[in-house]
Amino acid sequence: MSKELLNKQDIDRILARIAHEILEKNKGTGNLCLVGIQRGGVHLAGRLSKKIKEIEGNDIPVGSLDIAFYRDDLNIRTEQPAVRKTSVPCRIDDQKVVLVDDVLFTGRSIRAALDALMDIGRPANIQLAVLIDRGHRELPIKPDFVGKNIPTSMGEVVRVVLEEEGAKDTVTIE
Amino acid sequence: MKLSSKDLLGIKELEKDEITLILDTASGFKDVLKRDIKKVPALRGKTAVNLFFEPSTRTRTSFELAEKRLSLDVLNLAATTSSVAKGESLIDTSLNVQALGADFMVVRHSSSGAPHLLSRNVTASIINAGDGINEHPTQALLDAFTIQERMGTIEGLKIAIVGDIVHSRVAKSNIYLLKKFGAEVRLIGPPTLVPEEILSLGVKRYHDMELGLDTVDVVMMLRIQKERQTGGYFPSTLEYFRFWGLTSERFASAKKNAIVMHPGPMNRGIEIASEIADGSQSVILDQVTNGIAVRMAVMFLLAGIRE
Repeated sequence: MSKELLNKQDIDRILARIAHEILEKNKGTGNLCLVGIQRGGVHLAGRLSKKIKEIEGNDIPVGSLDIAFYRDDLNIRTEQPAVRKTSVPCRIDDQKVVLVDDVLFTGRSIRAALDALMDIGRPANIQLAVLIDRGHRELPIKPDFVGKNIPTSMGEVVRVVLEEEGAKDTVTIE
Repeated sequence: MKLSSKDLLGIKELEKDEITLILDTASGFKDVLKRDIKKVPALRGKTAVNLFFEPSTRTRTSFELAEKRLSLDVLNLAATTSSVAKGESLIDTSLNVQALGADFMVVRHSSSGAPHLLSRNVTASIINAGDGINEHPTQALLDAFTIQERMGTIEGLKIAIVGDIVHSRVAKSNIYLLKKFGAEVRLIGPPTLVPEEILSLGVKRYHDMELGLDTVDVVMMLRIQKERQTGGYFPSTLEYFRFWGLTSERFASAKKNAIVMHPGPMNRGIEIASEIADGSQSVILDQVTNGIAVRMAVMFLLAGIRE
């Protein structure tokens, strides 16, 4: 049984709000860059940068981060994760980096992403924006910007589908 | 998608989509190699032992660097300084290395099939770093990666391999790989070094450089292995260069944007002229850099195979 939690319009409104929150907290776009975690986070980071441009009128750098080499489950998985592109188009040293992901769950991906970012440079600070926070954290990680908090049980699956992957925007739980 | 075996013994044993997986993964590692911090924690806590029963500098250092950049612990065993010199058998050596806790054994041996023998006797992942005149799979993988990087694809390209095919494990691995990817493979060299039997691999054979290089996209030069030339395969290295050396005049037969490759170490003035080796169409040093990324990809993917 699958139930829709967010539709295209909901996602769009949430991203508009998060874009405003990012600008409010950082007092504009100075030294700001967005880095999305492969794959959903990359698309969301791209959309956020468009929203930010609509509001402030300037472009901010957007990067993509693949965390395959930093995962903590490489020893127990039965298959290596697919390796996707890491491309951070600016020096992140002394920049304010907003890490963007689709679903925040145990926090382990974020831990891996933090390590991956630290190997690329030394940001002034790192903030975390997520579309969905579904709880069940296993590490002390807390997002700065949350689209929607959704209480879930461990066994449920939250699926974020985005237009960039070829289907229509939707977030479902099953 | 994952590899089907714990070992990388040869290109012959790999499916095309397994090769594609390795090459795609390698491009992720190439990104890592461009950073200031060129190391990832992916294989932390695992151990690689490089077992080189035959001299090698470049392949061994490339593997060693790949291993270190994956955060593996690395041990180098060279035949001349180890118990092998005292008469220990190959299998006993490998069992001892395994007892030390090796997860990977990178093996180079002068006997074809040595890595295959080890793979049946140990549970560690065996990676063939060159066995006799059989295969050198990671060289073919890094060559394929370099061709894809420059030309976008391998399918449909005309690729000439020039030199001592009969003794070359690099040539064999490349032929297997390039045929799987739908390239036209031409072998060029004297009849003594490019025997008729090789035609069974679905390749074309030329004994004339100009004819063989006509409109090719890629020229892969092989090293004239002086240590294997005791059988009188050609009269002299000087004469070899006159007939089969890659010079600017001969390279003009290839396509305008053709690239030149060489697995190293090069013999300038024997198989390749310096103006070509150092020219703008030479990708010889790219091959060296790409070798690290490809070897990282192989080890990363093999680490995911659990029996």
